[in-house]
Amino acid sequence: MRNDMLELKNVSFQVAEDRGDKEIIRGVSLAVPESKLVVITGPNGGGKSTLARLIAGIEKPTEGRILFQGEDITEKSITDRARLGIAYAFQQPVRFKGIKVLDLIRIAAGKHLAAAGACEYLSAVGLCARDYIDREVNASLSGGELKRIEIATVLARGAALSVFDEPEAGIDLWSFQNLIEVFENMRRTIQNSSILIISHQERILNIADEIVVLKDGRVEKQGPRDKILPQLMGTASAVSECHMISGKGGAQA
Amino acid sequence: MKLDEIQKRLLREIADLHAVPEGAYNIRSNSQMAGRRSTANIEITSKTDVSGMDIRIAPFTKNESVHIPVVLTQTGLKEVVYNDFFVGEGADVLIVAGCGIDNCGNQDAEHDGVHRFYVGKNAHVKYVEKHYGSGEGAGKRILNPGTEVYQDEGSTVEMEMVQIKGVDDTVRTTTAELKAGAKLLVRERLMTHGEQRAISTYVVELNGAGATADVVSRSVARDSSYQKFDAKIVGNAPCSGHTECDSIIMDNGRILAVPGLEANDLDAALVHEAAIGKIAGEQLTKLMTLGLTEAEAEEQIINGFLQ
Ligand SMILES: Nc1ncnc2c1ncn2[C@@H]1O[C@H](COP(=O)(O)OP(=O)(O)O)[C@@H](O)[C@H]1O
Ligand SMILES: [Mg+2]
Repeated sequence: MRNDMLELKNVSFQVAEDRGDKEIIRGVSLAVPESKLVVITGPNGGGKSTLARLIAGIEKPTEGRILFQGEDITEKSITDRARLGIAYAFQQPVRFKGIKVLDLIRIAAGKHLAAAGACEYLSAVGLCARDYIDREVNASLSGGELKRIEIATVLARGAALSVFDEPEAGIDLWSFQNLIEVFENMRRTIQNSSILIISHQERILNIADEIVVLKDGRVEKQGPRDKILPQLMGTASAVSECHMISGKGGAQA
Repeated sequence: MKLDEIQKRLLREIADLHAVPEGAYNIRSNSQMAGRRSTANIEITSKTDVSGMDIRIAPFTKNESVHIPVVLTQTGLKEVVYNDFFVGEGADVLIVAGCGIDNCGNQDAEHDGVHRFYVGKNAHVKYVEKHYGSGEGAGKRILNPGTEVYQDEGSTVEMEMVQIKGVDDTVRTTTAELKAGAKLLVRERLMTHGEQRAISTYVVELNGAGATADVVSRSVARDSSYQKFDAKIVGNAPCSGHTECDSIIMDNGRILAVPGLEANDLDAALVHEAAIGKIAGEQLTKLMTLGLTEAEAEEQIINGFLQ
């Protein structure tokens, strides 16, 4: 029998708009098995980030249930879910005036972490720790730097389930290699934990155990990588690395 | 004169003083002198006409400090004090002032301190002023600091003003006049609670070529408190000035920011920035996804902001 770390059962999410209700997530059922890496991909606006927000508890589903390690967490708060073991790297990281990178990593670690410990997480995402540890997480950081700090905080959480929303966005090609290594490394030491990555990147899709394609709020395809990936190649869902070079915030050392 | 435990606690809050400070100092407690020391380069004398002191810092004094904390623990006490600092040419000193009021009684306790700084050529002054109030009494804790700064050519003054807790009513007035090449940096941090009211007014005149001023206030208004930040920079020469008011409002807190820039010279470059708003929801959300409760997240954000 397979153990699921996370299970979504027929989850829907709709928002009220002027012209009636808008359904963003429509009856999504999927599972992230224990010790597996699942990648969600699909076109922009398909509802991927909304799904991540539903998992983290930032939004509550209008229908359906969410189970974490077998426990129904549908009604649980963001804080409770975080404490149960869900970590979430935002697609668009938040900036804070006055809060330092070290503070944020310490909060994430949930304990007093020596600066050297925090540095390890920064180094893992390719940031020279010495240059960043005392920086404020404010507008002085570039999009790519912020994104990597966001990923470092999730690493520091050491959570049972780590969710990354488009971790590659805004990260330059050189650092991208580094990022892939971060995920490959997490993949190797995944025992008893699981990873959910939202991504368009072929190289991230390549290390997935399972792939889910989300489109118009619905699961269009899901299954083992070997089965799904060949179907995606050559379609608009998987975008080659060229996309990143031309993409926003792509070129920074 | 001996200080009691409350007075010692106030000294720790406003001046991080755990013992008698190094260097020159004057400790004022309930309108009495509780201790004083002059040094070879820094002379402190009492004024004879009004309450207060003259602090004379010899030219080219380096790496010395002056501590002049004030504590008030007697309900109903009202005092007005004038302290004048004469900072000699080329001196480089740290001046730590501050006032702590503990009012357990039903009458108001008030300290109005007027500090005047005459800063000599190329001198560098770092001035730190902390205000703090405590005590359960119905009497108010009132602090009205007035600061006047006169900067000679090439001098630098860095002012750090902090008022985070317990002061019911404060009207702070700061004026500065800068000659050529002088530089003024002000960092104000303020938090008000309950029904507290805090008004801070700055008028900075840049009178010489190359004078610069940077006045930045970070503040948080909680509960039903009220703050007004009124910062005016006048450019009378080729100069540059910047003021910034960055505020968080919570509960029913209210803040009025009044920008004031006056350019009387074609080469005066003056900028004002002001932003007031509640804590961004996404900041709370982010910290909650790291395992903090909403209250803990709020505390982290405020602490960082007022850092
Ligand atoms: N709270 C909301 N209110 C209204 N529309 C929303 C809300 N959240 C997301 N959407 C819309 O839902 C769609 C899916 O968004 P999102 O989940 O960000 O997609 P993806 O991450 O796949 O690009 C988009 O059209 C977006 O504008
Ligand atoms: Mg998205």
